[in-house]
Amino acid sequence: MDAVPILKLGSTLLVSIQIDLQDQTALQLQEDLAERITQTGARGVLIDISGLEIVDSFIGRMLSSIAGISRVLDATTVVVGMRPAVAITMVELGLSLDGVRTALDVEKGLRMLRPADTTSPEALLLGLDADRA
Amino acid sequence: MPGADAARLAEILESRRADISATWLDAVIAELRGRTTRSEAEREQGEILDALLGGLRNGGLRLTEPAFDGLRSLLAELSATRARLGFTPRETAIGVLALKEGLYALAADDQGTALGELTALVRLVDDLGLFTFESFAAAREGIIAEQAEQLLELSTPVVKLWEGVVAVPLVGTLDSARTQVVMEKLLQTLVDTGSEHAIIDITGVPAVDTQVAQHLLKTVVAARLMGAECTISGIRPQIAQTIVALGIEFGDISTKATLADALVAALRANGAAKPAVA
Amino acid sequence: MTAVEPDTAQRLPITTDGDVVRVRQAVRALAQGARLSLVDQTKLVTAASELARNTLIYGGGGEAVLSELADGRRTGVRVEFRDDGPGIPDLDQAMTDGWTSGSGLGLGLSGARRLVEQFAIDTAPGAGTRVTIASWSR
Repeated sequence: MDAVPILKLGSTLLVSIQIDLQDQTALQLQEDLAERITQTGARGVLIDISGLEIVDSFIGRMLSSIAGISRVLDATTVVVGMRPAVAITMVELGLSLDGVRTALDVEKGLRMLRPADTTSPEALLLGLDADRA
Repeated sequence: MPGADAARLAEILESRRADISATWLDAVIAELRGRTTRSEAEREQGEILDALLGGLRNGGLRLTEPAFDGLRSLLAELSATRARLGFTPRETAIGVLALKEGLYALAADDQGTALGELTALVRLVDDLGLFTFESFAAAREGIIAEQAEQLLELSTPVVKLWEGVVAVPLVGTLDSARTQVVMEKLLQTLVDTGSEHAIIDITGVPAVDTQVAQHLLKTVVAARLMGAECTISGIRPQIAQTIVALGIEFGDISTKATLADALVAALRANGAAKPAVA
Repeated sequence: MTAVEPDTAQRLPITTDGDVVRVRQAVRALAQGARLSLVDQTKLVTAASELARNTLIYGGGGEAVLSELADGRRTGVRVEFRDDGPGIPDLDQAMTDGWTSGSGLGLGLSGARRLVEQFAIDTAPGAGTRVTIASWSR
């Protein structure tokens, strides 16, 4: 089972889910993130789900949990890149992603997390501490 | 024994192929004058006869039998092509049914074709005719469904009003299917243009029923889930009354009287969110 | 459920987490082949994911049977989830249990039903569960 990598962009943790997520992998990600936030004192968590073809109740709960755990650890979570078909399905299913803020893409998500920061995402990436989980 | 009969039928067709083909071809050309060339018709006929003979030699007597799988696909393909080219049902079926003209000629001569054998052949050709017609009808229905979908696509234009703001001016009566298409298209456009604001203007919509209102609501919620905001503008008094009467909760969904108002609101929201430029 | 004989049937075991993912992928492939719209595909796969998980967690493991459907005009996909688990004691209640985005203990059957065109469930305490869903091209 491959763990989902967590990248660090300054005080923001970035997670990009590119694979078809098994339940165990999702739970592992939750744990890993909680640890990394504590370790690094991160203030923001950005989760890119543009690679997810579906978001079912389990993944939905995972996202809400991550947001809740981050909040307790004094960090903000933003989920970005939700596909239209996924959004429509979630509405039909009645999944509401409580406590999760969302943005259209990584750039907008980062802007939401670091409004005072005018550095471009590219510049941030170049100065990136690429520690992986 | 069905096997023996099929072999006998194949024998008859094979030995009288030239005559049958000629009579068949003449009948087809007479009907389809201008619609097809002689050589084209001849080629098609040849293909059908070959497939028919093949099936008979494999022991088949009715078109539904596996022995005639090849003939059925050939006919289905021919019918689908005819349907796409706009042939009428008659023009399509006649190409096959005219084979009977060739067969009737067999009865008139004295080469000993038994009535039973002729009947079996004619029955088989009737099968072909019916199948051809059914395939044609199915192909036509498929084309109509495709066109309806394209029409639906074309009649729901999503426009970019400003940087970060897209709008869908809906006009005419909305039905469930159309509203769903609008919903999907609008959400996709948000992603494609990186816009965070969508405006659905229903000034041009005379009436809204529960289903349509629910679809609109779902669109707004879905846009929010994706990280964008959706405003509904142009709600006329009658529609407002209907919505309330139907007990539909609009909750905190943003509504504006006009498209212009919605645009101003969206631009304000955009401006407020912009980070300070260095 | 339509009385149409499935052209092909694919049986997939559901005994691990990884199996749930494989079921999703197989359903997605069939839905694409049956030319369901992207949204309908997504809905079907999401419903399948929910039901596969139910089979694994509440049913103690089981299998999914996938078939392609055709009625002459439209094409579709049918997925049947079977387990020999404890069965669902109060089906009416299970079918009306709403989702909670928090702990979400419900089976989410009502949600899954909204996502597909046809839905049927056959269950009894001690007799296992069989849920069948199907969606068609437009």
